[in-house]
Amino acid sequence: MFETLTERLDHVFKKLKGRGKLSEKDIKDALREVRLALLEADVNYKVVKDFITGVEEKATGQEVTASLIPAQQVIKIVHEELISLMGGGEDNSLKLSGSPPSSIMVVGLQGSGKTTTAGKLASYLREKNRNPYLVPADPYRPAAIEQLRKLGETLGIDCYAPQKNDDPVQIVAKALKLARSQNFDALIFDTAGRLHIDEELMEELLGIKKVLNPSEILLVADAMTGQDAVNVAKGFNDVVGITGVILTKMDGDARGGAALSIKAVTQKPIKFIGTGEKLDAWESFHPDRMASRILGMGDVLSLIEKAQSAFDERQAEALEKKLRKDEFTLEDFRDQLRQIKKMGPLEDILGMIPGLGKLKGIKNMRPDEKQLVRLDAMVSSMTAKERRNPRIINGSRRLRIAKGSGTTVQDVNRLLKQFAMTKKMIKQVSKRGGKGISPAMFPL
Amino acid sequence: MKKGKKEKGGIFQRLRRGLARTQGLLVGGADDLLRPGRGLDEGLYEELEEVLIVADVGVEATTRLIEGVRREVKKKGITDASEVLPLLRQEVLEILQPYEAPLAIERTGDYPFVVMVIGVNGTGKTTTIGKLAHRFGSQRKRVVVAAADTFRAAAIEQLEIWSDRAGAHFVRHGSGADPSAVAFDAVKTAQAKKYDLVFIDTAGRLHTKENLMEELKKVKRIIGRELPGAPHEILLVLDATTGQNAIAQARTFHEALEVTGIALTKLDGTAKGGIIVAIAQELGVPLQFVGVGEGVEDLQDFRAESFVDALFSQTT
Repeated sequence: MFETLTERLDHVFKKLKGRGKLSEKDIKDALREVRLALLEADVNYKVVKDFITGVEEKATGQEVTASLIPAQQVIKIVHEELISLMGGGEDNSLKLSGSPPSSIMVVGLQGSGKTTTAGKLASYLREKNRNPYLVPADPYRPAAIEQLRKLGETLGIDCYAPQKNDDPVQIVAKALKLARSQNFDALIFDTAGRLHIDEELMEELLGIKKVLNPSEILLVADAMTGQDAVNVAKGFNDVVGITGVILTKMDGDARGGAALSIKAVTQKPIKFIGTGEKLDAWESFHPDRMASRILGMGDVLSLIEKAQSAFDERQAEALEKKLRKDEFTLEDFRDQLRQIKKMGPLEDILGMIPGLGKLKGIKNMRPDEKQLVRLDAMVSSMTAKERRNPRIINGSRRLRIAKGSGTTVQDVNRLLKQFAMTKKMIKQVSKRGGKGISPAMFPL
Repeated sequence: MKKGKKEKGGIFQRLRRGLARTQGLLVGGADDLLRPGRGLDEGLYEELEEVLIVADVGVEATTRLIEGVRREVKKKGITDASEVLPLLRQEVLEILQPYEAPLAIERTGDYPFVVMVIGVNGTGKTTTIGKLAHRFGSQRKRVVVAAADTFRAAAIEQLEIWSDRAGAHFVRHGSGADPSAVAFDAVKTAQAKKYDLVFIDTAGRLHTKENLMEELKKVKRIIGRELPGAPHEILLVLDATTGQNAIAQARTFHEALEVTGIALTKLDGTAKGGIIVAIAQELGVPLQFVGVGEGVEDLQDFRAESFVDALFSQTT
């Protein structure tokens, strides 16, 4: 997400970084590029206009006092503006108020991912010690009810079974009554996909809202949405008054400018993002991370969080010591591999590393998860002695390792060569006092 | 389907109806573009740019189009603003027209004509197949519909309802089954029982998921092995609401599978699907269908004229 915007701004700011001081014209030039980048990222035309005006005013205002603005300052202003536009500092948690059960309505266009989102939301609420209940209120789309029922079944979460021929308003009224008689405390109503300009169906949504008096009305929007995002968001917000937004399909390569657009026209917080088809592919929305990503600073925070949960700190300390003393062995390397595997899909991790998107070739590089398994197998097929001192691995040993790990001698050769190179690299980096480099990244 | 019965009419009316409703939401005073007597100023080009960008045509294609218009204006010595928009309209039309290509089902002897339908999640693949099955069913073609989306919950059931509605023969395996096996089965059945057409529904997948793209290639390969020359069409379903990412989608699906046609869905909303202009320019893939609603009849052949009219309709 946002990759190209990131690259663009990187390019712009490289130009800015190239010079020490900035004139008013420099700012204008930079912002022209920022504008194009935002438009290419599908941020709405008018939202872009407002954004640029805002940044220009701030930058120019500061110029009065400093007369010349360092490049860093422009970056900072653009960054801050992006964060604030996307709701930085705002509370974007789910609000389930009032006497239980609280109701959540999930609304949006066709195909935005409402039903999958309803399932994810239910699973999330259960994690938060709620007792969720799924209600399919879409009798129109063929098998929509069946889809939610199946998701509920997979998750082990109860799902209401509507009576045939009940309309959505009847469905939700009956489901609400039933839920009250049991001890469900968070009801999720999956509504039919509809166009924001379909008066009849928008009217129906309003009818459902009146019955439920929901704590949350969440607009589910596809992160790939183009300029129309503002019309859709405005349409739903004007009629039913949404309380928040969930962005779906964030695992693709869409730049996701819709996030900025929707927030700008509705002023409602983006609460969650959907990052895959699996029911646990679900994260809270972090405006600062998103803004950092836009600015090419990478999604550092997410990466750190993932690393923290996967890496044992004491292990890490021991590793660092070894690195410094140049005692890094194939055994340590295997430990690293295993820890990396714990962090989740490699592709996701790569995407979080700042600046990596800029490197030529990296964009098309698909890390091969199986390669990790093969490497692990090769190292495991070595003797302890070999792992500590790879230099003793001669031809016949190589053949044995290849056979033992189901690989070829060429694979083993490659591993040993890369390992030697990595060690050399680590040596150089640690000499320069580089900290925190992960040697296990080398097989990529 | 309740909504399918509600309103009928040509695509143009439907498109316009949708677009008319969005006028109030559009930014800028596009009406001004047509006011006779207005001279040619920079503001005019900015407004044209806005019209295109807001229609999701994209920065690059927009820049190219505007440059073209500027050249024409100079060449023809145009001085009145009201003459500029028709130039732009003509330019867009010229890009799209060569790719206006309704799906032609060619007789292939005893063999069925196989159409594989692909796209990212939620673009309307299943619905499009339902409409296609209906369309060709009512032309007395004998149709097989294959549920090769074995991944998404209830995708099979959803397609089955559409298939029944169209009176097609439905081929399904269990949930989680190998999509290639379903496709294979459908083609086999169609061959044995002399069906005319096979529509294969596939699971929605983001084009960035390498392994899922490989799965699609395999489905295609298996079909081709069973029936040389098949699949005869690979129909990519794009959502008109999608912005610039649609180019990446089209590009990646095309690279992997050689797309032979595009269906642009959800044109009954306020999105204009201008991205198709950039896609036509870059990939030159035939534009076959537009989806304009949820009813069985709401699938129309792509017509460049109507599409362009709708694209600029707030100014005409």
